[in-house]
Amino acid sequence: MGLDFAVEVFQNEYLPEGAADVDAIVTVTTTGAAAQVVSAHAAEVVIVDTSASMAYPPSKLTAAKQATVAAIDALRDGVSFAVVAGTDTARTVYPRARKLVVADARTRAAAKQAVRMLRADGGTAMGRWLTLADELFAGFEGGPRHAILLTDGENQHESPRQLTRVLDEVAGRFTCDCRGVGTDWQVAELRRIAEAMLGTVDIVADPDGLAEDFRSMAAAAMGKAVADVSLRLWTPEGARVVSLKQVSPGLRDLTGRRVESGPRTGDYPTGAWGGAESRDYHLRVRVRPAGVGDRMLASRVSLVGPAGEVLGQGRVLAVWTEDSALSTRISSEVAHYTGQAELAEAIQDGLEARKSGDVGRATAKLGRAVRLAHESGNTDTAKLLARVVEVEDPRTGTVKLRARVADADEMTLDTRSTVTKRVGKG
Amino acid sequence: MIMESCPECASPVASQDRFCEACGRNLRVQRTPVGGPGAQWPPMCACGGEEFDADGFCEQCGRARPSARDRVEFVLPGVAGVSDRGKRRQRNEDSMAFGRVRGRGVAVVVCDGVASSERAEQASQTAVDTAADVLLTGLQAGMDAESSTTDSVVAANEAVGRLARPEAAEVAPSCTFVSAVVTDDSATVGWVGDSRAYLVAEAGAARLTTDDTWAAQLVAEGVLTEEEALTDRRAHVLSRWLGADSGVEAPQTVTFKVETPGLLVLCSDGLWNYVPEPEDLLEVLPRGVPPIEVARELVEVALKAGGHDNITVVVVQLRGGHGA
Repeated sequence: MGLDFAVEVFQNEYLPEGAADVDAIVTVTTTGAAAQVVSAHAAEVVIVDTSASMAYPPSKLTAAKQATVAAIDALRDGVSFAVVAGTDTARTVYPRARKLVVADARTRAAAKQAVRMLRADGGTAMGRWLTLADELFAGFEGGPRHAILLTDGENQHESPRQLTRVLDEVAGRFTCDCRGVGTDWQVAELRRIAEAMLGTVDIVADPDGLAEDFRSMAAAAMGKAVADVSLRLWTPEGARVVSLKQVSPGLRDLTGRRVESGPRTGDYPTGAWGGAESRDYHLRVRVRPAGVGDRMLASRVSLVGPAGEVLGQGRVLAVWTEDSALSTRISSEVAHYTGQAELAEAIQDGLEARKSGDVGRATAKLGRAVRLAHESGNTDTAKLLARVVEVEDPRTGTVKLRARVADADEMTLDTRSTVTKRVGKG
Repeated sequence: MIMESCPECASPVASQDRFCEACGRNLRVQRTPVGGPGAQWPPMCACGGEEFDADGFCEQCGRARPSARDRVEFVLPGVAGVSDRGKRRQRNEDSMAFGRVRGRGVAVVVCDGVASSERAEQASQTAVDTAADVLLTGLQAGMDAESSTTDSVVAANEAVGRLARPEAAEVAPSCTFVSAVVTDDSATVGWVGDSRAYLVAEAGAARLTTDDTWAAQLVAEGVLTEEEALTDRRAHVLSRWLGADSGVEAPQTVTFKVETPGLLVLCSDGLWNYVPEPEDLLEVLPRGVPPIEVARELVEVALKAGGHDNITVVVVQLRGGHGA
């Protein structure tokens, strides 16, 4: 496959007597020249919201069509693809039949022609869109399966429970990046889909930026050389995984995604990987404390490929000591990402409080977020925060809520709250 | 006395044989294995697990596979030793070696690796192996025990010094040293550092060594009392040790006549921290049992008291002229 995986573990293995929680940052890095790892074998489905609201203003649908065309242009020859139009139901725009077609000059031109003919009409039922994508992907094997979902509104024609059922059904079968255009969609809703489908979520406040975004998503998806990679965690008897979260790029809680794969062993999906990628995961294991002086393997972390082959391995250790100079040292990697997770939580809580009119709580939470962003050097998030609050002193987190905040600014802050700053290592 | 079988191959041998007819083993000298318990792993983890991964972690409970050094017991006629990791340290950095030359006597060495130096267990194992060689050769050759003891310290000091890396002189592998050469009617004890020797007889007990520590020096100078010294943070800061940076040329030694039966106890500070005075030792010492039982019991006392350090105890039976 030409892709090499390396697993590194950053932690302070020394614990005080009786301590049970072991924290570690697990970094997975792939190497391999991009040209070597490009795989023609990939499947791409673009799902465009064509509900009635997409026609107001008309620039939204126009931009969505242009973006879809850009994504189609980015598909390499040999990639299997389809375009889906989503309303309160779902239909394939290209090809007509419910299947994937192989990209070449002719099919790309025909697909673009079909996309340009799209009209907006109807409601929104995202679960049905995903179900159709799942149906299209069925039978495609041996490469990454990726979808792009674009919407401008709420999932009105389907209950949250229906969407949950669909997500439970299709999660793990393909990855899906979600984009919200305008400000009438729900951040929490798209985030839920993106998390379940191991994809990203972002706001496209200005439709003009959509084409470039689609092009890069399609290109990134085709840059994935290995699909269906899992993190396999072995833990000793009497231990359990308290949490496993991807912390860079972006926060994603994988704790609930565990699939038992052997004695004391569980697999967590990480999706597809391309060349020169690096992701960080925060693992917390609770073990049965051993005696002072004892050394324990708290977790063996393996990266496992689609056929069960081990691509890389790391060890999370625990050593109990009386030497508090050793046990009180905090791993800078663990501390950094704990801070980034807190930052995301403070932003989401703060915005929630702001919406419900709780000024005191909103000010406190967003102030804390400003301080955490400042301390960790997360300047992107700090800038987004400054559009929602007036920052008096970033070091203490002294802020005032702004009286007037553009919806797009608030939604951008919410959407990107889970984008973390990478820890500076070494 | 008829020796029943060769300790190497179990073939029958006679008491006057110098070598085993079957395997050629030297029957005059019996000694503990060079290199210590070596790389033989115990087959099982403390949890009962029997499978270990490539890095030596138990597939069941995750704990590191116990090292053969965690608990070592050696038994020869008239002398036995137990070395235990204790309850607080990650490794057992104490080592012991001893041997017996038929018709001549017994030689014992105990070394305690200095925890703040690197590869401390290698330092102590190298020291006991080297020193035991010199002492056993001296016993066979009928050399004077005091000069043989000095030779053994010089050789051990050089051997440990060779383990040092020039670029890491400040953590050069280091250890303490205490030895005994025991014949029918006399015993010579030599030491460097704070590992100790005690003599226990019917009449009572006595400590034979004085610690080479800053605290002991202050006690000797009247700055601290014995009691204060025990709790002083400098209590264990060594003023002499073996290793590249030691500058040691000779041990302190003491030689005494063995007139009555008794026991000679050599130990690391993992034991004597809990029973510092000879009377303390006498109080917990079991009577009427073979040396291995005495050593086991004393190690048990230290473990029950907390086992904060590695514990090594070697016990030599003193015949008092009744034959070594």
